[in-house]
Amino acid sequence: MLAYLIRRLIGAVVLLFIVTAVTFSIFFLVPRVGGATADDLASRYVGRSVGKEQIHQTAERLGFTDPLYVQYGRFVKGLVVGTDYNYGPSTEHCPPPCFGYSFLTQTPVWPDLVARIPVTASLAGGAAFIWLVTGVGTGVISALRRGSVLDRSLMSVALAGVSLPIFFTGLLSLSIFSYGLGWTAQGGTNPLDETNPIWWAYDLILPWTTLAFLYAAAYARLTRAGMLETMNEDYVRTARAKGLTERDVVLRHGLRSALTPILTIFGLDLGLLMGGAILTETTFSLPGIGQYAVIALRANDLPKVLGVTLVAAFFIVLANLIVDLLYAVVDPRVRIS
Amino acid sequence: MTTTDAESTPAVPKIGEEILSVTSLVKHFPIRKGVLQRQVGAVQAVDGLTFNVTRGETLSLVGESGCGKTTTGRLLTRLLEPTSGEIVFEGRDISHLREGQMRPLRRDVQMIFQDPYGSLNPRHTVGKIVGAPFKLQHVKTEHGVKKAVQELLELVGLSPEHYNRYPHEFSGGQRQRIGIARTLALRPKLIVADEPVSALDVSIQAQVVNLLEDLQEEFDLTYVMIAHDLSVVRHVSDRVAVMYLGKIVELADRVDLYEKPMHPYTVALLSAVPVPDTKRKAKQERIRLQGDVPSPINPPPACRFHTRCWKAQDICKAVEPPLVELAPGHQTACHFPENQGTETPAAAVDQAKS
Amino acid sequence: MTEPIEEVQDSVQRVARGEAFLDVRDLKVHFPTDDGVVKSVDGISFKLERGKTLGIVGESGSGKSVTSLSIMGLHPPGVARISGEIFLDGQDLVQASREEVRLLRGKRMAMIFQDPLSAMHPFYTVGHQIIEAYRVHNKVSKQVAKKHAIEMLDRVGIPQPDRRVDSYPHQFSGGMRQRAMIAMALSCDPDLLIADEPTTALDVTVQAQILDLIRDLQREFNSAVIIITHDLGVVAELADDIQVMYAGRAAEYGTAEEIFDEPQHPYTWGLLGSMPRIDRERSERLIPIKGTPPSLINVPTGCAFNPRCNYAHLNGGASETDRPELLDTGNGHMVACHLSPQNRQQAWETDIKPKL
Ligand SMILES: Nc1ncnc2c1ncn2[C@@H]1O[C@H](COP(=O)(O)OP(=O)(O)O)[C@@H](O)[C@H]1O
Ligand SMILES: Nc1ncnc2c1ncn2[C@@H]1O[C@H](COP(=O)(O)OP(=O)(O)O)[C@@H](O)[C@H]1O
Ligand code: SF4
Ligand code: SF4
Ligand SMILES: [Mg+2]
Ligand SMILES: [Mg+2]
Repeated sequence: MLAYLIRRLIGAVVLLFIVTAVTFSIFFLVPRVGGATADDLASRYVGRSVGKEQIHQTAERLGFTDPLYVQYGRFVKGLVVGTDYNYGPSTEHCPPPCFGYSFLTQTPVWPDLVARIPVTASLAGGAAFIWLVTGVGTGVISALRRGSVLDRSLMSVALAGVSLPIFFTGLLSLSIFSYGLGWTAQGGTNPLDETNPIWWAYDLILPWTTLAFLYAAAYARLTRAGMLETMNEDYVRTARAKGLTERDVVLRHGLRSALTPILTIFGLDLGLLMGGAILTETTFSLPGIGQYAVIALRANDLPKVLGVTLVAAFFIVLANLIVDLLYAVVDPRVRIS
Repeated sequence: MTTTDAESTPAVPKIGEEILSVTSLVKHFPIRKGVLQRQVGAVQAVDGLTFNVTRGETLSLVGESGCGKTTTGRLLTRLLEPTSGEIVFEGRDISHLREGQMRPLRRDVQMIFQDPYGSLNPRHTVGKIVGAPFKLQHVKTEHGVKKAVQELLELVGLSPEHYNRYPHEFSGGQRQRIGIARTLALRPKLIVADEPVSALDVSIQAQVVNLLEDLQEEFDLTYVMIAHDLSVVRHVSDRVAVMYLGKIVELADRVDLYEKPMHPYTVALLSAVPVPDTKRKAKQERIRLQGDVPSPINPPPACRFHTRCWKAQDICKAVEPPLVELAPGHQTACHFPENQGTETPAAAVDQAKS
Repeated sequence: MTEPIEEVQDSVQRVARGEAFLDVRDLKVHFPTDDGVVKSVDGISFKLERGKTLGIVGESGSGKSVTSLSIMGLHPPGVARISGEIFLDGQDLVQASREEVRLLRGKRMAMIFQDPLSAMHPFYTVGHQIIEAYRVHNKVSKQVAKKHAIEMLDRVGIPQPDRRVDSYPHQFSGGMRQRAMIAMALSCDPDLLIADEPTTALDVTVQAQILDLIRDLQREFNSAVIIITHDLGVVAELADDIQVMYAGRAAEYGTAEEIFDEPQHPYTWGLLGSMPRIDRERSERLIPIKGTPPSLINVPTGCAFNPRCNYAHLNGGASETDRPELLDTGNGHMVACHLSPQNRQQAWETDIKPKL
């Protein structure tokens, strides 16, 4: 078990390194492939009006003329100890962990991310809770009432949930519950500005349900399929043969196994969302990571985009690691081989 | 069966000559563990087998699951490469042939598998499955592959009309027949049959056993039969090798083995089989082995059977008993064999005779 | 088992009780499917007393498992159509509510299955699963139940039970798992134990241990045991009475001695003839039954065995048109076959007996 844990941890760290290296290379290469020179890049930071010579100096100072691996090394060093960006007129300090420095807004990227991660986390966490409970619950009921009218209607709703895009369900629910009935908050507020958790939830309830609907639908279908399979397993028959109540048979024996694969998917989904729920955040104007990414992309602010990408990658790797470890907790066959 | 082939038209094979000889055959599967996946040990699946097979006979390998029967079969057909030891087929050392050199061997030595379904590609028709060996080996057939395949199907008791059907349309016994037809396509000399009837119902099992016997007679086939059912083995074999944890513990003529078993494990194995005869029930005094077969990763030292043997002495834990011929054609690896010479036969043998 | 089946069926009005401890009457279990109705069990009857063992033999697909699952009430509702009567100590299980049957399961009747690895939940320890079985029917604390589980593991011969109780099924060998299954089944001291192919997945030496164990435990607990198997050797070891099943019906029913020494049904003859014997030097050839078992959706009319039977022609067409009932041939040995006693005797004496 310890060897397994260590192997997983080392694997995760290595994976993170690979991911940062690959991401960095892509961000380094993409403009070059597009024909941009180091000077072109530098000119975006100092403006075109200045002389060619000066632009070139800036490019050199910012390290744009160095080879890829040197720039990557500098980037990693910045992550660990921070770095200074000297672009002629002034020197900007970027404290560790330095995820890059936006020359457009003249700010380091990391504080922006720190401010926005909790928003995305609130959104993703709350939605995840809702979709896990409703999705799995629906799936179990559907599987137990397989073929019934209830099953068929639940699955039709689920099919709709899987196929309707967020901005459609989001805007529809906004127009009904928020603008029409006035029950919920309108988009655009930062839920973290609220001091009272009730208002925090009030701000988020609509984004939560909208996002959860999409995922709950998928989880309901997965759970249903998993339950149909495990309820046919021999050990479920054994559980019945012991005289357990149907409730215990379903929950402790059937669902317990059906949940294991769902756990994997859940971890990955949550990891993905932590890197920004772009559509939901945009639809409800929530100041999270996803919205940040959209703004940065529109402004062509590469350091910010790189920062977001790395944060997203980090969450996915982390989620993977946690899922692997949870798997060992849940399934003794993984733990004790 | 109308395969024409220039190179292999051997002189009429002599019954009784040696076709396969195996010396000190070993197969260890490495086990890797830890962060660096270092090799920390090995599954000693097959650990020093020496035996030979004469042309036209049926030699059976019996033993409980995990004792290395299938691994042995896969070594003989060279689906696996031995860790060490020698396999000589018709005078040629085939132990370490490379893939390219193995084509003639693939014709002469064939394997029948236990699972009649798992070994047939569900998306291919019976015609394609049975005809595949012709294509793979580029064998020309006199009247075309289709004709040859239909003849094969008839031979194994299927109808030529089954040519275009798929495996799932057949029952277990019929699927095993398809597998046998495929095996026979290239007129092999030696067939290694791994539990060919274990998955079948008794009534169907008898059909397939009879078929295998008929084919042996008709084509002078040599069988290495792998089985765990001692009743089937008694019926089909000429000689029997009993395996325990990767080693042969006893090798003898069928009659000797069943009537005068010498190795305590064989005695216990025979006495454990439930006999379909109620009169036997009351008077039978059994030898019951305790516990399970130990792991082949850490087999017990010296005599591997000593952890379960009721006759075990100190010497059994210290000195490995060699497989020696204690009676003509009867080899046993035990320090204190049963039924030796004129001694009074053990209780179990009394019951083994009716 | 002395009454011919007609009498039993006539007496349905008498009802309510059931005569033996377990009394199954004209049990039918049909599964409606897209391809048609699968008549997995189509009218079988038997009785079993405490302390006795009934062996049910037959090839795969003959309805053995379906029979046992319907006694246990384990067919999911709406999937199977069950008719007939199953009296367990006077209570009709077919008519009883699901909750009533649930309360009997595990407590008065228990079952062990063929593959002990898949029959145990991989995520729970062996001890947990036995404790669970005990606590459904006994209001005791976890500690008490665990002590009981350890005792049961000890009783079925698992070494170091106080340690092994916390192991997971995959850490056990096949034989130990089946012992643990038996411990679980017997934890509430049931009156009826059904063992469905309990040793089919095991090696012979382990099989012998398990059969010994079942026999010993039966003596100790004086329970009624149904042992289901395709292996005639196994029933010969354990059973007092034997029912031979073919295509969802009983072909022959008698004491173990009768079935092995004086078998009466051509299918039983076929089974015995196809079986290689370990206890005697080989006879010439095995005598297989020709053909394959029928589909249970399209069971042949008349005697279901007629397409495979060598004697079907001796009955003036009856074998193809009339379904033979299971009738007493004297002192309780029952056969479902149209052969006249003379023909039967002659076939047995001349064709069959000499070759077995
Ligand atoms: N490819 C493999 N890798 C590791 N171990 C193996 C492999 N194949 C077989 N074994 C092990 O070798 C032993 C012998 O297996 P096998 O030859 O299949 O036995 P048998 O056929 O007698 O049941 C078993 O312990 C099995 O787990
Ligand atoms: N739930 C089911 N639906 C349809 N057919 C079934 C079902 N369960 C069993 N059967 C069929 O009933 C027949 C008898 O099965 P079973 O009792 O399991 O045979 P066995 O004698 O091998 O135990 C088989 O043909 C099987 O396909
Ligand atoms: S050598 Fe010793 S332990 Fe091994 S089988 Fe013979 S008597 Fe038993
Ligand atoms: S009734 Fe006819 S077909 Fe059936 S077993 Fe008897 S003789 Fe054979
Ligand atoms: Mg094998
Ligand atoms: Mg069954």
